[in-house]
Amino acid sequence: MTETLPMAGATANVNLAGLSKNDYRGAPSTLCQGCGHNSISNQIVTALYEMNIVPENVVKFSGIGCSSKSPTYFLNRSFGFNSLHGRMPSIATGALFGDYRLKGVGVSGDGDSASIGMGQFKHIMRRNVNMVYIVENNGVYGLTKGQFSATAEKGLSLKKQGKNDYMPVDICMEALVSNATLVARSFAGNPKQVKELLKVALAHDGIAVLDIISPCVTFNNQVNAYHSYTWGKDHEEPLHEISYIAPRSEIMLENEMADGEVREVSMHDGSVVILKNLEKGYDPSNRYDALRVMEEAQDNNWMLTGLLYLDTSKPNLTSIYNLVDTPLNRLTEADLRPAPDAIDRVNALMF
Amino acid sequence: MNKVINDFSITVGTVNGSGSSTANNTILRAIFKMGIPVSGKNLFPSNIQGLPTWYTIRANKDGFIAHNERRDIVIAMNPNSFARDLASVTPGGAFFYADDIKQPITRTDVAVYPMPVKSIVRNDPNVPSDFRDHVANMVYVGVLAQMIDMDMDRIYAALDFHFKKKQKPIDMNFNVVKAGAEWAKSNLEKKDAFYLEPMNKTEGMIMADGNMAGALGSIFGGVQFVGWYPITPATSLAESLNDYLPQLRKREDGKHTYAVVQAEDELAALGMSIGAGWAGLRSMTSTSGPGLSLMTEFAGLAYYAEVPVVIWDVQRIGPSTGLPTRTSQGDLTFTHFIGHGDSQSVILLPGDVYECFEFGWKAFDVAERIQTPVFVLSDLDMGMNQWISKPFKYPDTPMDRGKVLVESDLEELKGNWGRYLDKDGDGIGFRTFPGNKHPLSSYFTRGTGHDEYAKYTEEADVYLNNMDRLKRKHETAKNYVPAPVLHEMKGATVGIIAYGSTEAAILEAQHQLDKEHGLKTDFLRIRALPFTKEVDAFLAKYDQIFIVEMNRDGQMAQILMTEYPQYAPNFKVVAYGDGMPASAKWVREGVLAKYESKKAKSGKQKAVKKVAVKKAAPAKKAVVKKPSGKKVTTKAVAGSKSKAKRK
Repeated sequence: MTETLPMAGATANVNLAGLSKNDYRGAPSTLCQGCGHNSISNQIVTALYEMNIVPENVVKFSGIGCSSKSPTYFLNRSFGFNSLHGRMPSIATGALFGDYRLKGVGVSGDGDSASIGMGQFKHIMRRNVNMVYIVENNGVYGLTKGQFSATAEKGLSLKKQGKNDYMPVDICMEALVSNATLVARSFAGNPKQVKELLKVALAHDGIAVLDIISPCVTFNNQVNAYHSYTWGKDHEEPLHEISYIAPRSEIMLENEMADGEVREVSMHDGSVVILKNLEKGYDPSNRYDALRVMEEAQDNNWMLTGLLYLDTSKPNLTSIYNLVDTPLNRLTEADLRPAPDAIDRVNALMF
Repeated sequence: MNKVINDFSITVGTVNGSGSSTANNTILRAIFKMGIPVSGKNLFPSNIQGLPTWYTIRANKDGFIAHNERRDIVIAMNPNSFARDLASVTPGGAFFYADDIKQPITRTDVAVYPMPVKSIVRNDPNVPSDFRDHVANMVYVGVLAQMIDMDMDRIYAALDFHFKKKQKPIDMNFNVVKAGAEWAKSNLEKKDAFYLEPMNKTEGMIMADGNMAGALGSIFGGVQFVGWYPITPATSLAESLNDYLPQLRKREDGKHTYAVVQAEDELAALGMSIGAGWAGLRSMTSTSGPGLSLMTEFAGLAYYAEVPVVIWDVQRIGPSTGLPTRTSQGDLTFTHFIGHGDSQSVILLPGDVYECFEFGWKAFDVAERIQTPVFVLSDLDMGMNQWISKPFKYPDTPMDRGKVLVESDLEELKGNWGRYLDKDGDGIGFRTFPGNKHPLSSYFTRGTGHDEYAKYTEEADVYLNNMDRLKRKHETAKNYVPAPVLHEMKGATVGIIAYGSTEAAILEAQHQLDKEHGLKTDFLRIRALPFTKEVDAFLAKYDQIFIVEMNRDGQMAQILMTEYPQYAPNFKVVAYGDGMPASAKWVREGVLAKYESKKAKSGKQKAVKKVAVKKAAPAKKAVVKKPSGKKVTTKAVAGSKSKAKRK
């Protein structure tokens, strides 16, 4: 996944894969000015660039909605599939069987994942598909002009909609109880954390759910709304300071470790995640702790962000299937069609 | 009493879940191995245990083995259906029943045989008490074997196959069969006319069900991905893939060249399959009507995004509860137009188990060539019942992976390509697969809003061009789908069109119409949509064309009327769907009811005997000789495979 190429020929303008940041960009965004989603797209570009991931090794997926439009706005060189409303998980599940070496990057929204696509959302968790599953969460339907989504907080008032009477769905809790192997929450107003979490998610070998509160500047950015920039800036409570350290960066790691209360998590590919400022002694490998801090955050009206849960021990979906080394989509007739004598065996098996 | 040899039907009434399928399959297989053409139909309720269920077997020396309504021999094992079973016996027929059922015998016109089922099983020291119910059904196999001369060695062979050569269950069951036969020999006097005699008409044939055949065909088609969700009657197709893939695609390193994923629902099943098809895998799903309903949005997306995927629809009746275990041809128009907006589906229509295998592999070739979902419409009767078949044939053409560009192609093109560019004028563009390392290999996939280079657009003229190209592509599909099969009769003046599992019933009806009513017919069995030129030619030939299908509204007729309005006045819709497999009787009566003798081109047909439709098939015809099959010549029209099955 992470391509670490020789330094030869690398200049200041290219990464270790020999690519410039432009190689990671997409078409110009058609989303609103100031939309949180654009900020996330930028961080996706930066994270992949900094991790030296070749765009051809990434496949983009999305469902339907503002968030789902965004894969057009990053990684022009990657394959992409803008599927149906709520159905990104199934498309991604099947597509990633085509070449098990590819990493999925999916962008969905709160309507796409927590309403119409809740079933598929839950099931892709338990299958541990090897992809980053970003939910750009703004509590509102944008393309249909401002209806409540399932993540809108109770009591939220919106123009034309009145007051929301229902309890919200918590994406991270849903992911966790469905046995996701990486669960994190972030805030589009905190781009540094978004980028670091994206890197951890990209390095993770399995499903990585990033619930990113991403304000809708047009329909749901009132100062008192949970999914607004103002509320987020006032109520964000990071669980920790998070840094992603690429493989073979020992020196940097030692420097970081000198620093007070630190937890270090090793990733599948040899990279390391450093979590600092752990006042609560938080252990992201503990599901019970994860649920507890989320409950606490709800009780205290915090927007709790950070790496909530990580389990690097579970095999991803294609590993479970024990596939051949050659990607399935490069197999030929000789690999796939049983030999002519097999037909006699088959007929002999019949009565 | 004149003997009736190799021409009768057997119906067994049991309690669902009582393990009778082993016994019934044993009878079916034994008759098959005696060389006698035979069919078996499981007429079962939607239930795991407790409700009445029936199994019908028809042996016919002339090869007419479609379902029929006759109840020559009835075996009653279920007290709850006893009265109904007894009443159903054709006069002059035979009635066997388990003697622990104490109910009045109200018929004097049938031969009645009680069977001491419980005491035979109880007296067998080798049957543990908890196995008694399981093997009780073997008593009727034995009694029947003795009474109609069913070959004991063939029965043993059937059990040997069923229990996969495991000696203990084979012996336990076979001993009960023998005990039943011995008891019948000493205690029953033959009072009916029905006998089996060995023939040689099934030599070299096999027995299989369509779901298994479809699965095996898919494996020979190189299936790589299966996303599926359980639904009767399609479940056994996916389960057969699970059974046979490990054997047939075994590798020395133990690794897999395929993946089968049981999805959370049919939406996800097709979604996964489309994802895999898009990524370059030979990908499929199997379902039935309700599942297809759920798949509709995805099917439409795959049509517009031009993703190859194979969708098996093993048709059954009805949404929700109702008749989910009854056969139907009710999904044709739905499948034809599936998806919103303008769409036209490529549909393959296998007519028997042999074609389930053949279309199993061929469907992938068509899907990848045309870059579109290909629907294979089977049905419960074909999918779940055992049918006699020619042995499956190894694919006679190499895999057609369609238009695909790999890295070296892109280098040659200097990266200059467009996913939806119609370079060849056949409406089909070139595809690339994720994982392609060429920096210009990728494209972005969406529904309708894209230009020839897969870039997003909502421009009207670009949209219209794309829609025209999709239409062109559908035309191209005509060159790749199986041509229809034509069963001609010399001097025929009217045509019959049908599809799918009704072929056996229609062939039999053709003979009856000829022999009993002097009406000669040509029969075209359509095997795919879009319609090929052979269909055009057939429609132009007759001024009366009977379109026969198992549904209420005549769905094939509807599509033909739309595609060929000029011939619509000649169409006579013979549509009937009650959940039972098609029988010659309803085909014949349906044709006669709508036949217009004056309209016939040739004067010959004036002598056609009109029958009172409602009172057709009188019981006294029990011993009537069936017409020999000789005069129908069965031939495949140009470009299609020869079908010599019922020569």
